[in-house]
Amino acid sequence: MSERTKIAATLTGVLLLGGLLAGCGGASDKNGPGNTGSAGGSQEKVKLGLLIDNTQDSANIAKALTDAFEAKYPNITIETETRPGGNEGDNFVKTRLATGDMDDVLFYNSGAQLQALNPDKNLLDLTNEPFEANVLDSFKQTVSANGKVYGVPYSSSIGGGWLYNKKIYAKLGLSVPKTWSELMANNDKLKAAGITPIIGSYKDTWTSQIIVLADYYNVQEQDPNFASDYTANKAKYATTPAALRSFQKLEQTAGYYNKDFLATTYDAGLKMLAEGKGAQYPMLTFAIPALMQNNPDQMNDIGFFAQPGDSPDKNGLTVWMPGAAYIYKNTEHPEEAKKLLSFIASPEGMAAVAKLSIPAGPYVVKGAVMPDNVPQVVKDMLPYFDQGKTAPALEFLSPLKGPSLEQITVEVGAGKRKAEDAAKLYDQDVEKQAQQLGLAGW
Amino acid sequence: MSKVFKRIYTYQFLLPAAIVYTVIFIVPTLMSFFFSLTRWTLSDWDFIGLRNFTTFFKEPSLSIGFKNTFIYAVVTCSLKVVGGLLLGVFLTGKIKTKDYLRSVVFFPTLVSTIAVGITFSMMMHPTEGLINTTLARFGIEGPDWLGDTRIALLSVAMVDVWKGVGFATIIYIAGILSIPEDYYEALQIDGGGAWNKFWSIIVPLSRPATNAVIILAFIGGLRSFDLIWAMTQGGPGFATDVIASIIYKQYQGGFYGLSTAGNVILFLFVSILVFPLSRYLNRKEVDL
Repeated sequence: MSERTKIAATLTGVLLLGGLLAGCGGASDKNGPGNTGSAGGSQEKVKLGLLIDNTQDSANIAKALTDAFEAKYPNITIETETRPGGNEGDNFVKTRLATGDMDDVLFYNSGAQLQALNPDKNLLDLTNEPFEANVLDSFKQTVSANGKVYGVPYSSSIGGGWLYNKKIYAKLGLSVPKTWSELMANNDKLKAAGITPIIGSYKDTWTSQIIVLADYYNVQEQDPNFASDYTANKAKYATTPAALRSFQKLEQTAGYYNKDFLATTYDAGLKMLAEGKGAQYPMLTFAIPALMQNNPDQMNDIGFFAQPGDSPDKNGLTVWMPGAAYIYKNTEHPEEAKKLLSFIASPEGMAAVAKLSIPAGPYVVKGAVMPDNVPQVVKDMLPYFDQGKTAPALEFLSPLKGPSLEQITVEVGAGKRKAEDAAKLYDQDVEKQAQQLGLAGW
Repeated sequence: MSKVFKRIYTYQFLLPAAIVYTVIFIVPTLMSFFFSLTRWTLSDWDFIGLRNFTTFFKEPSLSIGFKNTFIYAVVTCSLKVVGGLLLGVFLTGKIKTKDYLRSVVFFPTLVSTIAVGITFSMMMHPTEGLINTTLARFGIEGPDWLGDTRIALLSVAMVDVWKGVGFATIIYIAGILSIPEDYYEALQIDGGGAWNKFWSIIVPLSRPATNAVIILAFIGGLRSFDLIWAMTQGGPGFATDVIASIIYKQYQGGFYGLSTAGNVILFLFVSILVFPLSRYLNRKEVDL
């Protein structure tokens, strides 16, 4: 740490940590002095700390992994600590890293958000670890910074597209759309039949972004260099027709939503879909575990398709990468932590995860297979993967993602702002973020 | 020697308070002035001069934010003054259930703002909320209180008034009760009615209470954040953004330097409006 860094960290600690740390009680005890198992001492009892976010699914995954791992390595025990999710959680992780009070292993997002953790300084370089060979390259690029690899995936990939109610589709004789105009034609038929065509849940503003973000496969199909040009400040949403099209698609959906879409929550949206009160829901497939839990009987009524482009033969899926497990750079037990990551990034580890957490898509570890009992909606994603028609979402290819996107997409989806205007506004938002990150060329 | 000692001795009593004040208020304030000039990642900083301020002023929703902040402060403040005064007069009058009614009026002030926000945003749900289902019974189709961009800010302001008027009322009750009886007796002799009592005695002589309510409610309105965030998060879109919510969003985005700059701007904005206002009001105060 440089002198400046130290001062900043201390001052920040005074300001922010008092409350935060008091809030998490005895959580930091586990790194105390009583715990001095040296690296390599294989028979010594070692305790590893694992930091995860507070969703039920993460807890399930952590429990599945911990149980299987401890059975295999009886001398290592893992203590799981949970943290809040969302932006609050991001700040939690950043503060813990800044004050040198991090657990040995942490689960955190891959892609754009990893860059904000300053991986060079805070995380252990895993580039040359043998277990990284098990990880698919498409995932590895999302946990890399400056050519070094820092993490392994702890869960399955996630599809971004449209969940739909098959019963309604069957009743009206609709077929899964391969182009955007087919999708819009379906919307018209649904509306004419008096059924809500698209479920909007804008009370949880993040859900308003899905149509724009899940369109990235189509952007990349037309403009393969968009991500790198965008990061280098050479391409803009407003001036790239393929990218602007994503906002135009959202603009066209205005008027097809449920009447109270501004006051509807994500949970209520899922319920509407399962109960057939709305026909389609633009969403990520990570919603599937929640659907299975709350509406197990309606699971067979729900299907999934990728967001269509403008040409039927170029239909593909935008994929969200799973979060990753990282090792804290100053851990006292790097060898044991690597054993844990090596276990996670193996077919065995993924099989353990699958027991407690329904995959929302295929795994990104070589040789790991989905269990047979996954619901049909997950299987709907497989053809895209089998034909190689997938692309990671933009936030996994570029560190740029403006913080106001959700407010802008709310306005567009509500019909209050035109696509061109929205794209321009978003470009401004991204410019601010790039400058705040101190990226070159902005 | 003894003189010097005496002087220091008296200051010793101030010391604990001074230390707490310095550590908790002065130091963070000065620090935030400094960090507003940096690109700050919590663990490291780069000095970038006034760039955070120029970026903040370029924020697209900022003009809405300033406008909304001002509207919100004026609306909530004036309604609290009027409501507080009327309730104050009512609750100092000759009614039997006075004590009970006073607690009822004061009760909302005691509830957590976030809880109030969540409760009201459920009650204001356009199709399932209590307010609109009740209106529907009388055949009235209620508006989308928080979703309609034209009225969303006012809906939040009304809840703020509901919650805050009890506090204003308490201040008014104290002010009204401190008016000496002589004035009322004089009025009786001159043959004045209830209206004269209100307009010629209570209003001018509870001026100090009015000033306190105005200043407190106005500052509260300018800085208001928690209720707006709990009810609309600045939405739909940017429709109910106030300066404080814009600042919070910068913090959420991880732009710590930028959000600190926003706080400095808010600090100056509130000071510029409130200091002259407070001087103006104090000059007009009359002695009892």
